[in-house]
Amino acid sequence: MSELTEKIKKIFTDEKLDILIGYEKGSLPLRGTPCFIESAEDADKLIFDSTCHNNLAKYLTDQKKTEVDARKIGIVVKGCDARAVVQLVVEKQFERENIVIIGVPCKGVIDPSKLRAKLRDKEISDFRFDGNKIIVSGENFQETFDKNELLSDGCLSCKYPNAPQYDYFIGDPAEPIASKDEYADIDEFEKKPPDERWEYFEKEYGKCIRCYACRNACPMCYCEQCFVDCSMPQWIGKGGNLSDKMIFHIVRAMHLAGRCVDCGACAAACPLNIDVRLLGKRIEREVAERFDFTAGMDFETPPALATFREDDKQEFIM
Amino acid sequence: MATDKNNDFTPNIIGFLCNWCTYTGADLAGTSRLQYPPSILPIRVMCSSRVDPLFLISSILRGADAVLVGGCHPGDCHYQKGNYYTRRRFALLKKVFDTFGLESDRIRLSWISASEGPRFAQVVTEYTGKIKELGPNKYAEEVFL
Ligand code: SF4
Ligand code: SF4
Ligand code: SF4
Ligand code: FES
Repeated sequence: MSELTEKIKKIFTDEKLDILIGYEKGSLPLRGTPCFIESAEDADKLIFDSTCHNNLAKYLTDQKKTEVDARKIGIVVKGCDARAVVQLVVEKQFERENIVIIGVPCKGVIDPSKLRAKLRDKEISDFRFDGNKIIVSGENFQETFDKNELLSDGCLSCKYPNAPQYDYFIGDPAEPIASKDEYADIDEFEKKPPDERWEYFEKEYGKCIRCYACRNACPMCYCEQCFVDCSMPQWIGKGGNLSDKMIFHIVRAMHLAGRCVDCGACAAACPLNIDVRLLGKRIEREVAERFDFTAGMDFETPPALATFREDDKQEFIM
Repeated sequence: MATDKNNDFTPNIIGFLCNWCTYTGADLAGTSRLQYPPSILPIRVMCSSRVDPLFLISSILRGADAVLVGGCHPGDCHYQKGNYYTRRRFALLKKVFDTFGLESDRIRLSWISASEGPRFAQVVTEYTGKIKELGPNKYAEEVFL
């Protein structure tokens, strides 16, 4: 029995949990999958490693949509997931007392879309971790990747690999990977002339088929009716117009301003590997620099866009 | 519609004007018979904070040449805090426009009170001039039409 399962069994019993949300081994190699544990014995199947990329906080809000839920829920969280949970509590999506936050140290998670891109159409049947390497194999091939090549972009510059708020923490806190400056990509991008920037977004968002997987994977997108699904009024059309695609992406990013925790769940969910991160990261930076706010760090600070200061800068107002 | 930056181009500016201040200011400009260019299409909203970023983005990407949001001066919002929230949102939206390489001058937030009829006329005149300089919204054709 691993330290994780042993401790979680104890927590399950001590806290009288009704359900615990964690990860188990997935049916595909390198894809841990979310699982729901309803009894302490069940906890044996729990795992946590770099294959556990989903943001489990998503399930907390999904549940709330369907019923009034007073169950006591335990949740296994990486740093970013924990921040999502905290932010959701701040936004009053559920009662703090009903949630038991169990932090685990995160060493970065594999982005399935990066893996897809690397493997092209080869199928892997097995993998193992060897320090900072991942060795994957399948029929007639074996390949070794640097872990960093496959990690989510957010993980490479993540500053909070451990839950900033938790009830229990299992394991030793992880060191941030910090192989990359957080805003390096943005600095690079902003050196481009405006036309090229527009072209970049045109090319990226132009690919979007509006399956809304990015929205559905995001723990912060919990609206009962998303603006894209409204038919009265219909804010955006259903067809393939670039303007509709652009409006979806910009408005979604605005709705996540000061709330996104850069967990990468949206990017990982996109079947077309669209860059849904850059814009969100740019907004996150502006929120941090202008309003001195980082989402999901504590239960007290009001979200940046739900508060104000009378002397907020207004250099852009004429 | 003229396509270059000459004088017969009259921009289409959508105005989202707060009922309690800018809209009344616009009325005052009218009843005082102040002259300003016929470039603005006013839409009355109950507070500047009612203006969802969606309205601005949609207007620009669907062909408006510019959007003017008018609200009460800080401290004067009829609902006390609305315009402070508007200000924060607007700051981010400007940044999004810049990031996209969209001309962020095509969206503007101004505080204009109910008694500032002349200021309303002056803002519309000045902003119309500015948008004339920028020319027609080039994204309109590229994106939608
Ligand atoms: S995109 Fe906006 S409206 Fe849609 S679910 Fe997310 S936050 Fe809600
Ligand atoms: S927008 Fe993407 S990165 Fe941000 S919280 Fe949602 S899923 Fe995570
Ligand atoms: S997941 Fe990708 S294709 Fe689907 S709506 Fe989001 S960006 Fe578009
Ligand atoms: S009522 Fe005028 S800005 Fe709020």
